[in-house]
Amino acid sequence: MAGVEMLVRSVLWGGRPHDLVVSGGKIVELSPNPVATGSEVELVDGSGLLLLPSMIDAHVHLREPGQEYKEDIASGLGAAAAGGIGRVLAMANTMPVNDQASVTRFMLSQAARSHPNGPFLHPVGALTKGLAGKELAPLMELAEAGCLAFSNDGRPVGDNALFLRALEYASDTGLPVIDHCEDPDLARGGAMNEGRISSLLGLTGIPVTAEALQVARDILLAEYLDLHVHLAHVSCRQAVELIAWAKGRGVRVTAETCPHYLLWDETLVGDYNTRAKVNPPLRTWDDVLAVRQALAEGILDILVTDHAPHADHEKEQTFDDAPFGISGLDTALSLVLGLVKNGFLDMETVMDRFAWRPADIFGLPANRFRPGDPADFFLFDPDLDWKVDERTMRSKGKNTPCLGTELQGRVTRHFLAGKEIFRLQAEDMK
Amino acid sequence: MGEGNPSFWPHKDLIDITTLDRDEIALVLETAGRFSEINERPVKKVPILKGKSVVLFFAEPSTRTKTSFDVAGKRLSADTFSLATSGSSLTKGESLKDTALTLESMRPDAIVIRHSRSGAAQFLASRLDCSVINAGDGRHAHPTQALLDAFALSRVWESFEDKNVLIVGDIAHSRVARSDVVLLTKLGARVRLCGPRTLLPSSLESWPVEVHSRLDKACQGVDAIICLRLQLERQAAGLFPDVREYARTYGLGPRHLAEADPGVRVLHPGPMNRGVEIDNELADSGQSLILDQVYAGVCVRMAVLFLLLTRPNQGDGHGRR
Ligand SMILES: [Zn+2]
Repeated sequence: MAGVEMLVRSVLWGGRPHDLVVSGGKIVELSPNPVATGSEVELVDGSGLLLLPSMIDAHVHLREPGQEYKEDIASGLGAAAAGGIGRVLAMANTMPVNDQASVTRFMLSQAARSHPNGPFLHPVGALTKGLAGKELAPLMELAEAGCLAFSNDGRPVGDNALFLRALEYASDTGLPVIDHCEDPDLARGGAMNEGRISSLLGLTGIPVTAEALQVARDILLAEYLDLHVHLAHVSCRQAVELIAWAKGRGVRVTAETCPHYLLWDETLVGDYNTRAKVNPPLRTWDDVLAVRQALAEGILDILVTDHAPHADHEKEQTFDDAPFGISGLDTALSLVLGLVKNGFLDMETVMDRFAWRPADIFGLPANRFRPGDPADFFLFDPDLDWKVDERTMRSKGKNTPCLGTELQGRVTRHFLAGKEIFRLQAEDMK
Repeated sequence: MGEGNPSFWPHKDLIDITTLDRDEIALVLETAGRFSEINERPVKKVPILKGKSVVLFFAEPSTRTKTSFDVAGKRLSADTFSLATSGSSLTKGESLKDTALTLESMRPDAIVIRHSRSGAAQFLASRLDCSVINAGDGRHAHPTQALLDAFALSRVWESFEDKNVLIVGDIAHSRVARSDVVLLTKLGARVRLCGPRTLLPSSLESWPVEVHSRLDKACQGVDAIICLRLQLERQAAGLFPDVREYARTYGLGPRHLAEADPGVRVLHPGPMNRGVEIDNELADSGQSLILDQVYAGVCVRMAVLFLLLTRPNQGDGHGRR
């Protein structure tokens, strides 16, 4: 076969061995039959490995500029590559806030410098200046500089009139608005889910209603304006039910959730475990089941990590004083794989929610393994055990509840446009 | 004294009542009862804890609890050291972890901690080899207050079985209420709570309590009433309209006692807002145990220091884990 550059031999796709042919950074063919090789071909042995499309994480915090000790763009993109993630949308709550073109351009240049072949960084511009929720940020300028969406993530806009105007104004850029759904007044001072455990531990709770109220607001505004709103990190049954209702009415909302809301409930906070402190908080088991089902049914459109790295000394404080966030890029797929193995999700659904749907929502290219698609893919060993610890995680943030535990499933090689951006080394395992 | 044999006291720390079983609670109360005799002697000091050092780390001001621990330690001949002032680097800017390491470097045998954050005592306990005694953490727990409430009541009651105890006021923000509910329930009493909905915890369904919104009904037949201190800043947070309305609705007065058991006792952890949580005359009446509680505080804290600092297999407190 002429012009063939790479042949991935006997890799599992849809449960059966396939040969994948790549040339010029694009997919040539994915064939269930053995493909003949030329002499100038890079041969990759895929036996026993899953072939998966490179994923898009539409919600990460990379901390640069301003808090590089937590994470910088280079380390964050390194963790993404190791996690099978080829594109990330980086939230605007950096220092300074990404509310002007110079910050956007700085982020893009840092990414291009450290990872010229990807993973690729797509900045999310601030919706309001300084994320203060008082005045609109220069959304046109941010769009021209390369932002892919707008969000006040971390500091949701409580002023309904301002949020309505932000949706209208952002619509002129053609870029979506991502809303962190939490009524700031109802959530004020909260550290964990409001309920039995918060009352026993003496911690201020964040009620489910704080999330549901804002979800309801966004749905009503999206319907009123007939505009798209993307709802960030949905964590509870009430929000899921509202979104299902909205979609039934044809309202233009899409929504995301994260691996931690699919797996863990508020009991993980137990003895003031700050690694389980995340915003929105881990909810009840009933909420976990609702979120799982909604993701499987597509009521929740996509999976994101909400990767929020913090330094150990910041998490090693009293629960109230510790910052919110779980470091998620390294572990996302291994965590979700557990749900696949238990039959809650199938792998194709996972890839739809973690690669194809986010590409649709945010207007990014995606690999569906059709001829001519970008050769963005990775090989994944679903049986490989690895211990999550300081050495095996690429992110500077080791703040995950699964630190010190064994997970199953690991990316072994990761390619973007046919170029290798990650290869598993022995030291990544132990 | 000194013959007491706490050979089965298994806990390094006292963080919360939930970790104590009924026998352990009984041992604390019994030990406190035996120590109370020391407080009646002309020379109020025994050498039981001679050579032990106890650090009083109060990151939140509380004169009475701190003094009570200080007196308790000194009566047992322990050396007590205070790290209290709010201007100290141990409370301003420095992280609690660094504070913990600094405190440990002083090689104390016990640290008594009062802190505004829930979980702060447990945070120290899990990082330090010395005993940690929680003197109130945020709105989580205040175990020695609950023990002294029980001790004060145990001096007037034969038993806690079938006794009805009412706790009135700001339950939501009260570590005293949380620890009292756990302890009184473990001893066999029935607990009722009364307060405005805005000052009750949001999920009470898992608490072993009866909840009342009207104080006169809540008082019917009760054997003891614990009034909680009202933090006036809760009004600014919009949790109640004003002090006058609160006092009219939830302030304990003589008419409420008419509903209660004739032998009803009234308690208050102090300091009191007289005329707000509790009627002025009631606080000084024969039914009031408020001064008995202060006395009980010293006895109970002597017992706790004794049990923790003389337990078997106690390390020298010097090695880091
Ligand atoms: Zn967020």
